[in-house]
Amino acid sequence: MFIAPALLGFVVFYLYPTIRGFYFSMTQYNILGTPKWIGFDNFARIGKDPLFWNALWVTIEYVALNIGFQTVIALVLAVLMQRLTKSTVLRGALLLPWLISNVIAAMVWFWLLDYQIGLVNQFLEWTGLSRIAFFGDEFWAIPTVAFVNVWRHMGYTALLVFAGLQTIPRYVYEAASIDGSSEWSSFWRMTLPLLRPVLAMILVITVTGSFQVFDTVAVTTRGGPVNVTRVIQYYIYQKGFAEGQFGYASALSVVLFLILAVMAALQLRLLRAGESDLA
Amino acid sequence: MATLTEARADAERRERRRTLTPGRITAWVAMIVFLVLTLFPFYWMLRTALSTTRSLPSNPGSLLPVDFTWGAFQRVLGLSSQAQAIAEGGSGASVNFWLYLRNSVFYAGAVTIGQVFFCAMAAYAFARLRWPGRNVVFGIFLGALLVPPIFTSLPNFILVKNLGLLNTLPGMILPTFLMTPFAIFFLRQFFLGISREIEESAALDGAGPWRTFFRIILPMSTAPVTTLAILTFIQTWNDYFWPLLVGNSEQTKVLTVALGVFRSQTPAGSPDWAGLMAATLVAAAPVLLLFFAFARRIIDSIGYSGVK
Repeated sequence: MFIAPALLGFVVFYLYPTIRGFYFSMTQYNILGTPKWIGFDNFARIGKDPLFWNALWVTIEYVALNIGFQTVIALVLAVLMQRLTKSTVLRGALLLPWLISNVIAAMVWFWLLDYQIGLVNQFLEWTGLSRIAFFGDEFWAIPTVAFVNVWRHMGYTALLVFAGLQTIPRYVYEAASIDGSSEWSSFWRMTLPLLRPVLAMILVITVTGSFQVFDTVAVTTRGGPVNVTRVIQYYIYQKGFAEGQFGYASALSVVLFLILAVMAALQLRLLRAGESDLA
Repeated sequence: MATLTEARADAERRERRRTLTPGRITAWVAMIVFLVLTLFPFYWMLRTALSTTRSLPSNPGSLLPVDFTWGAFQRVLGLSSQAQAIAEGGSGASVNFWLYLRNSVFYAGAVTIGQVFFCAMAAYAFARLRWPGRNVVFGIFLGALLVPPIFTSLPNFILVKNLGLLNTLPGMILPTFLMTPFAIFFLRQFFLGISREIEESAALDGAGPWRTFFRIILPMSTAPVTTLAILTFIQTWNDYFWPLLVGNSEQTKVLTVALGVFRSQTPAGSPDWAGLMAATLVAAAPVLLLFFAFARRIIDSIGYSGVK
């Protein structure tokens, strides 16, 4: 009885669509007609689709930039917080960007980075550098989208790392300082290894989320210039909803699903997330 | 012994706080740089929203509002006349801001209430009631956490369409109204921590599971339930992809979806930046207010929900 509503929700909106998603991926289906079974044809087509490989490459580029910067900055911020202050106000301030939507974050940076009258370009010109069309330049577009999302998530990720830091007992540091270890070396030799299980979980969550980047692209560049920001989820959206190739879009999302599953499994294994060095 | 080491650690920390070593100064400088980077865009939103769009290009680097006016906010809220809006650099097109706001409130509100309530019931069943297959079902529910949202979004879109609920608020709300795996998982953890003795004594008094749930479990869990509700509300309020798929008609647009459109209304080649920034501020306001009211609770919950 207690479980009934949730079970209904699970079966209708999670289980059934998951099965149906696999089924659709094996069909030719434009939204108006009925699905027609074509087996693995969609997947064969994906293998030969240059736009898919482009989307995959662009997404990986984005994920690498986004996760790389976000994780390092979050780690630095978390250690700074732990060393300097436990202030809730400060943590709250760092969390603010995470509270606003991707759409709003994208808008604000779209404005700050505007080519003509954006503040950042004013500043670049003032320092004697040349203006950059951040969202419009083929080289800068992906780093810019990645930057916007680093900005939105760095405080949040820092708080996750910070929570992980709290689980490291103080005696570990005390022992290290008695042994004459400097802060720098105790960070590399104690903090980081002990933080590994927490970092592994955070990485799995952020990488999975990062692969599904959509909002920022949809609001700012819409896949352009040319194809340099057409990330996988945006490509799926275009195929399924703009071009009505629903079967093909489903097949693409199956591929994305598999990539994410493999990534998660790899990360958990490489970082040995389950084990802690503290035991 | 424990207190002794702690006292010493305290003393050491106090000492460290007093002495400003070069290392600590560098650390503070780094922290302040990050803080400025985090907060400055918010100030810039406000500064731009209080400017006149037409005057912005003439003084793009000014730290203060250019040609101060409340016009952008009036424009967004539909309080200014068309002529006035155009004079300030707005598009003059009417923006149904109040409708979008209502949709956002309804969408996020309904999802939050339904999800938290039904997930609390389910979490109670998983944490306390005994029934065959309980752990298996829980395992399968958790498995759903691994399925990326985009994957279920496509078939769910077809489902909502077949139900005839495309471009209706119920169609937008339904998929997350009854459950999300995360919400169940989150609440179950708390329910597991509630002492069984209280329930047992309630059972001795003849209270059934429903009575126990409403009179004992829920009142004892107001903190986690509120936290979950706030997090769910914020997340749903910020949703973009799903409402874009199933709620992209004029009548059902939520604020995030509408803002995307607002951007593309470009009079004179460049967007109405002041209006846009005013709109983003107003759209973000409810969540920011919620945050300021419950800041400590939200901040404390983050380590918990994300890692454990």
